[in-house]
Amino acid sequence: MSEAAGGKSRRGYEDPPVVKWLLIGLAFVVMGVLVVVPLVNVFYEAFARGVRVYWANLFEDRDTLSAIFMTLKVAPVAVLLNLIFGLAAAWAIARFRFRGRALMTSLIDLPFAVSPVVAGLLFVLIFGLQGYLGPWLREENIKIIFAWPGLVLATTFVTFPIVARELIPLMEAVGSDEEVAAVSLGARAWQLFWRVTLPNVKWGILYGIILCNARAMGEFGAVAVVSGRITGQTDTMPLRVEKLFQEYNLPGAFALASLLTMLALVTLVVKVTLEWRTRREIEEAARLRTQGGTI
Amino acid sequence: MSITAQNIVKSFGAFKALNNVSLEVGGGQLVAVLGPSGSGKSTLLRIIAGLELPDSGTVRYQDDDVTDSHVRERNVGFVFQHYALFRHMNVFENVAFGLRVRRWPNKEVEQRVNELLQLVQLEGLGRSLPSQLSGGQRQRVALARALAPQPKVLLLDEPFGALDAKVRTELRQWLRRLHEEIHVTSLFVTHDQEEAFEVADQVVIMNRGQIEQVGTPGDIFEHPANPFVMDFLGDVNVFHGRVEGGRVKLGDFDVGSPDQPGKEGQSATAFVRSHELEIARSWNGRGSALKASVVQVNPARGVVKVRLLAPDFGLALNVDVGWERFAELRLSVGDQVYVAPRKVRVFVQDYAI
Repeated sequence: MSEAAGGKSRRGYEDPPVVKWLLIGLAFVVMGVLVVVPLVNVFYEAFARGVRVYWANLFEDRDTLSAIFMTLKVAPVAVLLNLIFGLAAAWAIARFRFRGRALMTSLIDLPFAVSPVVAGLLFVLIFGLQGYLGPWLREENIKIIFAWPGLVLATTFVTFPIVARELIPLMEAVGSDEEVAAVSLGARAWQLFWRVTLPNVKWGILYGIILCNARAMGEFGAVAVVSGRITGQTDTMPLRVEKLFQEYNLPGAFALASLLTMLALVTLVVKVTLEWRTRREIEEAARLRTQGGTI
Repeated sequence: MSITAQNIVKSFGAFKALNNVSLEVGGGQLVAVLGPSGSGKSTLLRIIAGLELPDSGTVRYQDDDVTDSHVRERNVGFVFQHYALFRHMNVFENVAFGLRVRRWPNKEVEQRVNELLQLVQLEGLGRSLPSQLSGGQRQRVALARALAPQPKVLLLDEPFGALDAKVRTELRQWLRRLHEEIHVTSLFVTHDQEEAFEVADQVVIMNRGQIEQVGTPGDIFEHPANPFVMDFLGDVNVFHGRVEGGRVKLGDFDVGSPDQPGKEGQSATAFVRSHELEIARSWNGRGSALKASVVQVNPARGVVKVRLLAPDFGLALNVDVGWERFAELRLSVGDQVYVAPRKVRVFVQDYAI
């Protein structure tokens, strides 16, 4: 019985085959209903009226096109800001012991805990017309809320922890030994950074960028609040999808949604590859440090 | 290029790592700093390198005061215990690093690196990554990397600490030969006595942030300056007695005369190395001997290690007996024997170990 069901042989501590296959089956069914079917459906609906219509829905609708461009503008800027911040924060937390280090570590995670809508409201409260800086901004003729700088701010806030969280454990695992060695060999600060620190965490950084980018392009709640949702001006792709859906333009909504889904699939593949490489980086670091001796 | 450290003081919080330490390393010498963990030996090395700054005191290379200069300006070669090789660079680039950051032209870099790879016997491995090398090979890459920019001094922190015993022995003999070839002033830290005594011209023994003794290996072994050194060198039996009539006595047992005159009744500590104790089946009464019984017999390399118990004093003794003598005595567990020291070192001053 066990021969037939569980492959070669069943170990004494394993559950009976019935339980095993029931659980595996259940997992597959849930995955299918909740993930695979909807995913396939997005593409099915998008292409339901043919490729020609799909193309027109995406690239011949001026407002949809503007939403795509807005996303392509906001996401990279947000990613860049997060990259700079993430590197600085990870460096500080992994390399220095200072007062408030624990506080900083937990504060980095705050944006993940706060509802994106609340995050959006925070920015409206600060930069909006009725906000603290509102009157001054209007005098200086700087538009933040209901304009792309606001979108960048909100997106950056929401994706804030991603790069830093990826880099902190990696930099801690890599340690500062190599950096100390580089300094003892005469390296200056920037040589140290470019030649030693950065190459050691490059896969982690790339992973952070990919994840951050996916999250930035897909952000809805925070962006919805700060953008004012002005069609053709401040809509991003997710906002536009929802708007098309509300207007009963299902093929249009699904066409744009299919673009976001493809982004997700690409991200998934890159993520798995990079995860594998980052894990190797960490393992390598541990091995070189602890077991130094023979191989 | 000589190294001089003068009156170095360094504390980490409440812990005094170095307490007014002064050390001189002559140009071209290979010197070992030996001590138990926490003795401050690594801190001293890191201060000499500039990786750590002293609270007070000065460090000089030859006549240059380098106390306040940054590591990167000191031009030292530093070898780390865990190698700290650049994992994403191949062996060639690891060795070339110190030259590249100094902007050496490509051609000279290539020449110098090849020269060094030859010196450390790693020709042909230039394209390997550190992760593909054995521990011993990695350590040699680390050494080549440290030597590449022609450092004024070479500093090694427990250089063979992470290697297994066999590779360790090979590498330290190799380091000795290498030093005879290149003659750069070298200072290395170790907790391994054998390593220090086998490799170094001079040995510095440290304990609790202070230097206990400096000397050639022979000097230190023959004339330990104090009970700590004696005890640290190991393989030693300790007798705690009193000064009586100019001799040190443990009850009726006459241990020997103290090296320095001690006051009557003062407590004294006598050290006798395991191989400096004589075992006899009978005693003719000349000199003083302890009655003891054999507790354990362990054959070892070169000697037989015999463990004895002197019941009168509740004293356990370790004696190394040569194989020939052992055959003569035919010792077995439970035998009653006599033990007498051939050579004793007695310290009368109070000294906490």
